[in-house]
Amino acid sequence: MILSKPSISSPSRADARLTAALALAATLAVGILLLIVLFLLRESWPVLQRVGVLRFLTDPGWHPLEGMLNLAPMLGATAASSLGAILVAGPLGVASAVFGRYYAPPAIAGLFRRMVALLAGIPSVVFGLWGLTVLVPRIAQWQPPGASLLAGILILALMVLPTVALTAEAALGAVPESYLRGAAALGLPRSGIILGVALPAARGGIVAGILLAAARALGETMAVLMVAGNVVQMPASLFDPVRTLTANIALEMAYATGDHRAALFVSGLALMLLVVTLVAAAGRLGGRQLHG
Amino acid sequence: MTKTPEPCCTPQNGSEAYTVGPLQSGPACCEPEPVIRVTNLSLRYAGQPALENVALDIYRGCITALIGPSGCGKTSFLSSLNRLTDLIPGCTVEGGIEIDGRDVHDPDTDVQALRRQVGMIFQKPNPFPLSIRRNIQMPLREHGVRACTALEEKTEAALRDVGLWDEVRDRLDAPALVLSGGQQQRLCIARALALQPEILLMDEPCSALDPLSSGVVEDLIQDLRGRYTVVIVTHNLAQARRIANYAGFFWAKERTGTLVEFGQCRQIFEEPAHELTAAYVSGMRG
Amino acid sequence: MARRNPRFLRDLLLALLVWGVAASVAGSFLWLVGDMLWHGAGQLSWNFLTAATENAGRSGGIGSILVSTLLILAVAMVVATPLGLATAVLLSEFVSPGNRFAQLVGLSLDVLAGVPSIVFGLFGMAFFSVFLGLGFSILAGGLTLACMALPIFIRTAEAGLRAVPDDWRRGAAALGLSRSAALSHILLPAATPALAAALMLGIGRAMAETAALIFTSGYVDRMPSSLADSGRALAVHIYDLSMNVAGGDANAYATALVLVVLLIVINNIALWLAQNLLQKRIAQS
Repeated sequence: MILSKPSISSPSRADARLTAALALAATLAVGILLLIVLFLLRESWPVLQRVGVLRFLTDPGWHPLEGMLNLAPMLGATAASSLGAILVAGPLGVASAVFGRYYAPPAIAGLFRRMVALLAGIPSVVFGLWGLTVLVPRIAQWQPPGASLLAGILILALMVLPTVALTAEAALGAVPESYLRGAAALGLPRSGIILGVALPAARGGIVAGILLAAARALGETMAVLMVAGNVVQMPASLFDPVRTLTANIALEMAYATGDHRAALFVSGLALMLLVVTLVAAAGRLGGRQLHG
Repeated sequence: MTKTPEPCCTPQNGSEAYTVGPLQSGPACCEPEPVIRVTNLSLRYAGQPALENVALDIYRGCITALIGPSGCGKTSFLSSLNRLTDLIPGCTVEGGIEIDGRDVHDPDTDVQALRRQVGMIFQKPNPFPLSIRRNIQMPLREHGVRACTALEEKTEAALRDVGLWDEVRDRLDAPALVLSGGQQQRLCIARALALQPEILLMDEPCSALDPLSSGVVEDLIQDLRGRYTVVIVTHNLAQARRIANYAGFFWAKERTGTLVEFGQCRQIFEEPAHELTAAYVSGMRG
Repeated sequence: MARRNPRFLRDLLLALLVWGVAASVAGSFLWLVGDMLWHGAGQLSWNFLTAATENAGRSGGIGSILVSTLLILAVAMVVATPLGLATAVLLSEFVSPGNRFAQLVGLSLDVLAGVPSIVFGLFGMAFFSVFLGLGFSILAGGLTLACMALPIFIRTAEAGLRAVPDDWRRGAAALGLSRSAALSHILLPAATPALAAALMLGIGRAMAETAALIFTSGYVDRMPSSLADSGRALAVHIYDLSMNVAGGDANAYATALVLVVLLIVINNIALWLAQNLLQKRIAQS
């Protein structure tokens, strides 16, 4: 790449002005993130200051109008649905990547990849609509009421599967051909090459993809809101209706005031911290190529 | 071995030709006049020395060839002359480079004016993805030539200079990238010449071309002698021998390049003072 | 042969497993798409695309929704494009990779890309709607989406600019051109397909968004008369029809079909533009 030392190679006035303007724009772009953090803090500060962090976990329940602000059920639902989605989508996504990379004939692999990319591009509200009208009634026939943690997990899994599959496929593609040929030369069977050489070599990228998928699942709002039932309770079984942090914000923000509103901002802040941590971890593991 | 004196520049190049005399030991019609003076030049990439202790003079109107194996700092040296080294992150240059008595690496130097004065041609032809006409006129416009007639005249003159006019006069608005490699390289030379530089730096200008185009470009470089001062990096020893008046031999020791020997072309090839030079020009090393 | 049997069995099992997974993933996808076509295609007509919504969306069309969506997207991209382009140019052309400021910008873009959309919604409401007093409006929604689409736009545009061969940068510098001249005459024109692809991806990201819009541009399904009006985007319309309107499912599916088709078209344009750039570069070298 070609660059210049700004101090000496921008002698022309026009260039100096351009550099200043560009730096200003970039500062604005950075500023957006700062502004987001600032406003989340500003809006949640009153309740954080007065109520403290601990009561969000120890209050007897979530009755914001009576000042009871226990977010634990929502946290539990968010954790359960994301974890479940990852448990389902992780292996399926990795298997899809293995299929596309090592098993599918070229024509099918191309089609399959396009399909996964299409799946990644479907908006979450469409997943929600489909889950609500197709998946929930089917679960309801079996275990009413249908709108449940399970529905949330399945829809989330379908949504984040492309993330896992695409990153895992990229990671498998980055495994040097020589490893595979070396393994084949040792007479390893195909399953041995894939399980023993290719997947371990691509481990970093695969884990990074799973972390990104987890971040996506944690932050997802519409799809879970539409299928998970939205009852504030700690999930006890897969068939319980639950309400995640994100769904809680979406449902109550419209009419929340005072401490209630601030508490919703607190949950937004918590979500953001969680997701950002996961994304940062994924970035570290997978290297910069993930962000392209 | 007898050496016949050879004039540096052919007088028929017109009245503008610099009168630099015979470069052999015979009587000079006039003294060679240095236009670039390099003293004690060192160049580092991110602290790693790439070039150390280079000192030489480049004479006006002559062709100076820089030879030596790959990675010995010839291109870095060339880039330091028009401060293209500024473009490489972490590259620092120490020592003196004076062109016409002005310090090139002085912070107050107008780099854009310097680069107009010192043109550069690269190994791979790099015409812009514009039309042939715009390739020549866009830089002219940026340097303040606005009048339409002046632009057209300069375009034609530059293309004639490189022998491209008759080949492209009917399709000046065609994209430059459809030209052949040799034509592209000549267009790049025309583009540089249109800015009326004093010095032309050429970084292996023929090595990416087929032999035929390479010959055309080499003849063109010969024609530039006298009107321009040419510094050319080349891996082709025969070419250096054919066209150069002066030659400098670079060699790298532990990845740090230095100038081993500099002198008249004939002397470097036929009576090298240094045994490394002798081994290299005879094909035994490098 | 006896020694090879367990190996053979394992190979077979893995192959069955992998093909099975692929088939079930493909099956779910086809099921989803099939349902969308099955329930949605019947409602689609020119009238559906142009007519106003009636009876809370149960009948009528999505004309006003499409207009609102376009307006929100227009606001988002009008704001995000200059800001993003300038940042991309700065990152790719003006700072070295080790530069602290560049690292800071890159890091905050990566973080911004990971921020959940509902958090953007909270921020957009607190900042644009309340703090800046824009209320529930197309403007507030568009600005929120501009923030969301910025990272993907900048990263794609930056990659596109970096893909422009260094030969041209070197050539421009060697001719004594200023960097602004090199940018406006050579680098930006050469990167145009990639920049257009970046724009398309940004639009795609913004168009798929729901959660960030429900508190910023709101639910109003009337034809907007100005940017200060609330306007309902396609994705919000789908949400509202399926969750809050009994009997709205059919039109929800039809709207979903319209949304997905639009997204596919936009993504394919982006892909085509990016490949076009690639082919051009191959043709040159």
